[in-house]
Amino acid sequence: MSRVQIMTGNQAAAIGAVLSGVQVVAAYPITPQSQLAEIMSQNVESGKLHAEYVRVESEHSAMTVCISASTVGARVFTATSANGLLYMHEQLHWAAGSRLPIVMCCVNRGVGAPWTIFNDQQDSLAQRDTGWIQIYCRNNQEILDSVIQAYRIAETVYVPVMVCYDGFVLSHTMMPVEVPEADKVRAFLPPYVPHTVLSPENPKNLNPVLFPWKREDTEGVLCDGYMEMRCKLQTALDRSREVIAETSRSFADVFGRDHGGVLWEYRTDDAEIMLVGMGSLASEATMAADLLRSEGIRAGVVGIRAFRPFPKEDIRRALQKAKGILIFEKSISYGFEGGLCSEIKAVMYATGKRAPIYNFIAGLGGRDVKSGELAEAAKSSLAELEAGKPERPTEWVNCG
Amino acid sequence: MKKKDTNVAAMCGPQIGEGGKTGDWRSLRPVISHERCIPFQKKKSACFLCWLYCPEGVVKAGLPIEINLEYCKGCGICAEECPPKAILMVREDKS
Repeated sequence: MSRVQIMTGNQAAAIGAVLSGVQVVAAYPITPQSQLAEIMSQNVESGKLHAEYVRVESEHSAMTVCISASTVGARVFTATSANGLLYMHEQLHWAAGSRLPIVMCCVNRGVGAPWTIFNDQQDSLAQRDTGWIQIYCRNNQEILDSVIQAYRIAETVYVPVMVCYDGFVLSHTMMPVEVPEADKVRAFLPPYVPHTVLSPENPKNLNPVLFPWKREDTEGVLCDGYMEMRCKLQTALDRSREVIAETSRSFADVFGRDHGGVLWEYRTDDAEIMLVGMGSLASEATMAADLLRSEGIRAGVVGIRAFRPFPKEDIRRALQKAKGILIFEKSISYGFEGGLCSEIKAVMYATGKRAPIYNFIAGLGGRDVKSGELAEAAKSSLAELEAGKPERPTEWVNCG
Repeated sequence: MKKKDTNVAAMCGPQIGEGGKTGDWRSLRPVISHERCIPFQKKKSACFLCWLYCPEGVVKAGLPIEINLEYCKGCGICAEECPPKAILMVREDKS
């Protein structure tokens, strides 16, 4: 019997969460919240998912409930978007600093002001330094599979994971998705083993004030100071690169689908021009690469799946032969350039090669991005690429 | 060689002194005049408001009452609450 169903990205994410056996869901229905929270609520109400659904008064509280529930040993889930995610910002730091394996879907949408409910990736990019792992999906199958993978990754390294997917482009668009079998998911995803359980039997004070120095506790253990704890978080994220890759490989062994670990490549073997992006924009870029190739331009695509941890070695390997690197992104660090572009430049610095890296901002606030436009944007920079011009002003695609 | 901190997240147990010796934060020290203290005078458990109100739990409700100066931060709440004013807050640099 075929287990393929037609569904939206939000439905796919909800099925992923149900199959992962989440025990607590907390979410706030602000605009913009996606249908995902609503579907999870229905799943709990109908008894399809045996979980506690906590209605809260804000996203800040939604993450606080997730933190609390995770601290007593529950597998937890939440979802948000845009300004809701920004309101959660402080608690994102608490979740990562407490090393709690919370999984959250971020349905990527533009941030106000001015108001928008449409897609770009400014919301999650603005959470770059919260200590969360960020995975960007390019289709609805990958959303479902990534939610399941996210729990395994998070619970291995004790770092929360944000599964990001483009609002409307994926969240409200229907695609065929294969639903994994529940018993196979249970085997792939062992029960959550917390690093610490807060309970009356073993009382603990979590996250006490830490000082700039180390402190000896009453049992003679030299407890780490604030800086050591932060260093442990960095070490965990560094380690998570391999865990993400291994999880992707193991998932492929069981379910037959490999979404590519920390990054994926398309027609890069002989490519001279590399288009780089994240999420559905990178997916669109694969069609742009086909268009460019039909005109004799050897183009390929590198899709960044994990933005944090940033896959520096994989990026260097994938881009080392490129003669030109074109970064397309749906967010910008105001006053400079796209954040992904800056980071790719930083990673490529160590290679000693100086292929020009140009930046294109596209699709902010839901502006449609067509593969033809991406291909045209790429072609517009070819003369400068061939001249070896190291820098080019950031181009706003299809703007003004 | 000290034992290494193996905790994944920062935490501590509910033991006395987990926050370090907090008594050295003090600039005012509580000094008790037992002859004015109601329980001590009555020789039985009486008001013990100092014990009840102390936010640090460093007052021992005995006869006489005792204050653990290793952890007393010198907030003065005990002195404020004491009905017969048996506790005086004295500057630490004056004996």
